[in-house]
Amino acid sequence: MNDQLYQDRIVALAKARTGAGKLAPPAKSARRDNPLCGDRVTIDVRLGDDGRITEIAHQVRGCLLCQASASALASVAVGRDKAGIAALRHDAERAIGREPGEAAEPFAAFAPVKSHKSRQDCVLLPFEALGEALG
Amino acid sequence: MKLDVAGIRRQFPILSAVIDGQPVHYLDNGASAQTPDAVLDAVRTYETTGRANVLRGVHRLAERATEAYEKAREEVAAFLGVMPMEVVFTGGCTAAINLVAYSHGSLLKPGDRIILSELEHHSNIVPWQLLRARSGIEIDVIPVTLDGRIDLEVLPRLLSPRTRLISLAHVSNVTGALLDVRAVVAAAKSVGARVMLDGAQYAPHGPVDVPGLGIDFYVFAGHKAYGPNGIGVLWARPELLEAMPPFHGGGSMIGRVTFAETTWAPPPRRFEAGTPPIGPAIGLGAACAWMRRLDWPGVHAHEMALVQRLMDGLQEIDGTHILGPASLQNRYPVVSFMLDGVHPHDVAQTLDSFGVAVRAGHHCAQPLMDRFDLDGTTRVSMAPYNDNSDIDALLTGVKHAARTLR
Repeated sequence: MNDQLYQDRIVALAKARTGAGKLAPPAKSARRDNPLCGDRVTIDVRLGDDGRITEIAHQVRGCLLCQASASALASVAVGRDKAGIAALRHDAERAIGREPGEAAEPFAAFAPVKSHKSRQDCVLLPFEALGEALG
Repeated sequence: MKLDVAGIRRQFPILSAVIDGQPVHYLDNGASAQTPDAVLDAVRTYETTGRANVLRGVHRLAERATEAYEKAREEVAAFLGVMPMEVVFTGGCTAAINLVAYSHGSLLKPGDRIILSELEHHSNIVPWQLLRARSGIEIDVIPVTLDGRIDLEVLPRLLSPRTRLISLAHVSNVTGALLDVRAVVAAAKSVGARVMLDGAQYAPHGPVDVPGLGIDFYVFAGHKAYGPNGIGVLWARPELLEAMPPFHGGGSMIGRVTFAETTWAPPPRRFEAGTPPIGPAIGLGAACAWMRRLDWPGVHAHEMALVQRLMDGLQEIDGTHILGPASLQNRYPVVSFMLDGVHPHDVAQTLDSFGVAVRAGHHCAQPLMDRFDLDGTTRVSMAPYNDNSDIDALLTGVKHAARTLR
């Protein structure tokens, strides 16, 4: 065996299932599919008057990386607005090597995905769904 | 006599490669098989001693190229047991199905019906949906049994006087189930319908007795049958080809072109517009010749022994389930499985770290995944060159995934 993709931190994020579930309506919701692998993420969010996320929930039908990313995202999304989520996405993109620079926690955990190009979209799929939900 | 698997393996240069310090355990043959020296040599010979365009050149290289291209057609025809002029080279299996859906499909009328099944590859679904949108045909779908076979008991209820074509996978690319072609042909004949088989997963496992099958169209892919990429085959009964209008227009497929009227070349050239994939066709011809030299009863027994070893090994791992026939009867060496609590992509990624190549996901069969409410499966697809070490490496990797990822 010569692979270190599934490091403990990624597995732990996935197993934590932070934010897994659904929000009762009225919540904003969006679903995104990865047409290549069939992974599917649904994100529900509730926003405060100032446009900041007050609650978030996700349902992931996808791989461990996608689950871990949704879990990581849910752990830090509350209190952020659209720009704040965009900043988190930059972090995730830095972690997987699509942008230069160091990623902050919790997305730094995804650094092993750098060398697995075919799996990088798995990490970004929850961001795609959340971006759509935020409009 | 026992099959000389080591001797077969030696003919495939990539199987002796070492990647990141590990041997190659290639079990993704259902997606693309590997290529033997015989094929590589044939392509190289064309590229280095006979590369030119086919059909119209008068120089010696063009003549060599044309001769090699037509010889390839003869090899493919011999592999299928048909006449060379009934073999159309296409860009792939998908391209061949699209050709039939467009060209033969253009002869169908609104309200005519086509029967597919729930386990078809998207390439045998979407072209017919496109035809439906163009011409108002209707599509009926045969469901799949719990063990991943096309449920032919339902077929009689789907037949109607308007059924024009039944198009099904000869072998499922997900479950490995072998179609009962005889039953399908009998049912089709009862209403005067045609039968097309998608042979993408069957052709890599031995010559096809097309006349014996009693079908009307057969398609398969070169790259899954030890040939190059970018080449596929359509066979159709000559009277059907003759009646079909062109799919693509361009050079080579014409009789005479004027602005007032253009006439078509006879098949197969009518369906090979433009410069064809000459090198890939020559490579596929070599692949068919190579396959015809193999001891297929021996290969089949070997492949089925690998399937048994795999299924026995998976059963010993807690939480594994096979999607497909549990027995070796009427199945081919394509085995899909699920591991409880671990996504198929994570299984496949873990296997890659053990040097084992498999495919995971929906396998371009999303309706089948929906039928079983699955995200996807991990698919192990075998070829004559696979051996016990490939299966054992895979089982080691699955055990590791089971231990670490759930």
